[in-house]
Amino acid sequence: MFLKDKLLLTWRGVVKENPTFVLVLGMCPTLGTTTSAENGFGMGVATMAVLIMSNIVISLIKNLIPDKVRIPAFIVVIASFVTVIQMLMEAFVPSLYASLGVFIPLIVVNCIILGRAEAFASKNGALDSALDGVGIGLGFTLSLTVIGAVREVLGSGAIFGFDLGCAEYMPLVFVLAPGAFLVLGFLMVLFNKFLKK
Amino acid sequence: MVLVLFCITFISAACVGVVNMITEGPIAAAKEAAVKAALQQVLPEFDATEKSEHTADELLIIAHKATKGGEVVGYAIESQTKNGFSGLVRLMVGFDTKGTILNVNVLEQAETPGLGAKMTEEGNPLLASVQGKEAPKTKLTVKKDGGDIDALTAATISSRAYAEAVARAYAVFKVAAGWQNEVQATTGASQTKKEE
Repeated sequence: MFLKDKLLLTWRGVVKENPTFVLVLGMCPTLGTTTSAENGFGMGVATMAVLIMSNIVISLIKNLIPDKVRIPAFIVVIASFVTVIQMLMEAFVPSLYASLGVFIPLIVVNCIILGRAEAFASKNGALDSALDGVGIGLGFTLSLTVIGAVREVLGSGAIFGFDLGCAEYMPLVFVLAPGAFLVLGFLMVLFNKFLKK
Repeated sequence: MVLVLFCITFISAACVGVVNMITEGPIAAAKEAAVKAALQQVLPEFDATEKSEHTADELLIIAHKATKGGEVVGYAIESQTKNGFSGLVRLMVGFDTKGTILNVNVLEQAETPGLGAKMTEEGNPLLASVQGKEAPKTKLTVKKDGGDIDALTAATISSRAYAEAVARAYAVFKVAAGWQNEVQATTGASQTKKEE
């Protein structure tokens, strides 16, 4: 029973409260970074790491923070984690940092993280908050990977960098900003039609 | 209230500081390794490099003089331009002692994927039209501007930026190699941009 509850809590972030297609949060990194499946995936994983850690820390210190200063306190915690992750990546996985580096500071302003801190972590325990972070993080990663994959296939005729050999016939617009809006819109329609019950 | 917020920011700052101390060394080492890898790609075999800093058109350009057994084998110039389609384009251009362009390596760019970003691909028209050319005998601007460089299809601004950065690298090379005393101003992308 306990396990089932926790699984449901995690799963909720993936489908019922999918951050991209249902909550429609964090649109800036979503539209900006999904030019390829790989970029979308990397951004999703980096966001998930920050989300889990900030959720845990905020649920642990929630009783210490006075209500009036909770937003600045949350932002400081989130920004510190992002900075730490950025420095660790630059030091120990420079190749990943080279491809994702510019997106990492964007995580600070990702409203999913502040949103979950405010709506979930500040009201629940550490374990539930961590699982919420895992669920929402997974949902975000999946959404970004799917959007990235669709844009990569339609725009540059490749998937995860693997050339499908039809690049010349593909409309380039899907890799550019207008294509991001189009793909996001259509995927949102499909997701809400078939998955969200 | 103020005290709690102060404590949180203080602890956070301390954590970031500690991580910074730990990662400072590895980050510097990683950056150095990246520069070294780029040098090896654009230069013939060498065993030592000597760095010198130059200013061209108000931009800091670093020149690496590569030597093997005390003899100069070539120069690699870390050139850059701000006239890319989206911001900075940084190139590492390798020259031999006669000014022949050996190879160009794109260090940093944020051009449009599928268009300008093709400048990073192997054998793209930009690279193909400068590689192996003798810089003194080549006009380092795109064909549209009367030069000898083939532009990328549908990415004229990115191509002009690339040509400008290569031309700037050559201007610095002439100083680094002792051909000239002063760095000549490079016009190119900035000059022709207004027409559009």
